[in-house]
Amino acid sequence: MIHDEDILELSEPSLSPSEKLFLPQILGGMVTTIVHMGKSMVGQHRTVQYPEQKRELRLENYRGVHRLNRDEQGRVACVACFMCATACPANCIHIEAGESPWEDREKYPVKFDLDELRCIFCGMCEEACPVDAIELTPHYDLVGRSREEMILDKEELLSVYDETRELKPRKNPHITGYEGTGGRFHANGDKND
Amino acid sequence: MWEFLTSQMGISIVLAAVVFGVMQGVVAYAIYFERKIAAWIQDRCGPNRVGPLGLLQPIADGLKFVFKEDVIPGQVDKILFVLAPTIMFIIAFIGLAAIPWGGQWEVGGKLLNIQVANPDIGLLYLLGVGSMGVYGVVLGGWASNNKYSFFGAIRATAQMLSYEIPMGLCIVIVVLTVGSLRLEDIILPQTQYWFGAIPQWNIFLHPLVFLILFITMLAEANRAPFDLAEAEQELVGGFHTEYSALKFGMFFLGEYAHMITASAFISVMFLGGWHLPWLPWAQPEATSLAAVITKMLILGGKVVGFLFLMMWIRWTLPRFRFDQLMRLAWLGLIPMTLGLFMITVGLLYFGLHRNWVWTCGGDAVILALSLLYVAVSRREITGRSPGAGAIGVGAVAG
Repeated sequence: MIHDEDILELSEPSLSPSEKLFLPQILGGMVTTIVHMGKSMVGQHRTVQYPEQKRELRLENYRGVHRLNRDEQGRVACVACFMCATACPANCIHIEAGESPWEDREKYPVKFDLDELRCIFCGMCEEACPVDAIELTPHYDLVGRSREEMILDKEELLSVYDETRELKPRKNPHITGYEGTGGRFHANGDKND
Repeated sequence: MWEFLTSQMGISIVLAAVVFGVMQGVVAYAIYFERKIAAWIQDRCGPNRVGPLGLLQPIADGLKFVFKEDVIPGQVDKILFVLAPTIMFIIAFIGLAAIPWGGQWEVGGKLLNIQVANPDIGLLYLLGVGSMGVYGVVLGGWASNNKYSFFGAIRATAQMLSYEIPMGLCIVIVVLTVGSLRLEDIILPQTQYWFGAIPQWNIFLHPLVFLILFITMLAEANRAPFDLAEAEQELVGGFHTEYSALKFGMFFLGEYAHMITASAFISVMFLGGWHLPWLPWAQPEATSLAAVITKMLILGGKVVGFLFLMMWIRWTLPRFRFDQLMRLAWLGLIPMTLGLFMITVGLLYFGLHRNWVWTCGGDAVILALSLLYVAVSRREITGRSPGAGAIGVGAVAG
């Protein structure tokens, strides 16, 4: 039910005498466009010549292709806790956990598949990860010839880390340093909490 | 052979071929510059991938038009459908025949007109050819047998009819001032000087008429802000919605050729055609080959200037709404040109029609009166009568 007091009457703003003449407004507009044209002609345009030239990104928080971080010993930092897969709204992370061959953690991912075509690049996985193992990188030019190719497995995600390590270093100190960070993930007993 | 080439017939044939060939190239590069200018105005940099600076882009565009599938939809009137772009293309180009490109060339003791044809009624010929341009649009829209195309065609018809009137009146004012319908004769009085310094170009005699003629030219050439016939937001593509490949390309070329014809025409009418003050080779007495080439370049430069102005306007101004368009013609330009026409006739009676004080004074009076009317009148520009009140009633949910 629409009440009278809910009805909003709108009317156009009326034009001032000089606006009604149009000519000053037209000339003003043409001055604006010619100024823009002059600036673009001397090279101050906004176009990025893509393959040769790339956008300047905010490397810290740009959300591109994912990577799986390695710890200092080059092992996968992921502990297969399934937090990212649970947080993922697009349901694109598929982890298969196995018993860790290393002493300092219980589990590690045997398989870690991430479907980049399903992913919406929201960054929730990065937020959810307790050990900062999964991160989004500034890589945005991911291409593939098939859907299967766009599902990145563990090795591919680790290789993305190797490629982007210089561009976007791991957070320091990172939680999965296992030393001096609370040691909650140490299996050998010298906890300092 | 030389004998034939240096006869008026020969020079006309050679010039026809040259003008047609050169205009194809000019039209192609006009499209390139349209895209460049659009890009620059919008802070982009435009086509720059095909060839250096993107200069081969027109060739790529042309090849694309040639190699695309030429679809003729099932429901169209086939004959008219094929005929329409052809008419558009041909009519846009034949107008160039009457343009005096380079004055006269003296060779072998004869004076040859650098003009494909020099009819006594060159002005009427151009006017007629210009008006026929609408046939391409109308037939294209009608033959497509499609509501949106048809709307485009109807809009184009009404617009052309409306703007033909002020355009005709503007031309009549020039004819009254100059006293001839022959385009070469329209240039000659403009090559004289006031105070030995200022050329007597018609633009200085009748600046307001020049402005109005330019506006009507934009409307006749279907250029923004008068391009309602192809308003893509409302009519998909307007009259050329159903066209593809080379037929669409011909509509495209026709539009730009029309712009060039209109620019050359208005340069001849108001800017002295090939005349440039104080340049010896650009005077009517100069008849050497070098002078002819200089004059052609000068007229070409003026045409390029107008083309740039048209493109600049297109990428600056928003499109008119149809009622605004009609109001501008019938309540604005037609009364103004009628007033100017009457003033010119009065001045002609007293022999003052070439006295710039009187003619500019007349223009100023008409301009002041119309601006006063617009500024003082309580008419809403929006097209609604003042009593109509609210334009929309929105309900706030709650």
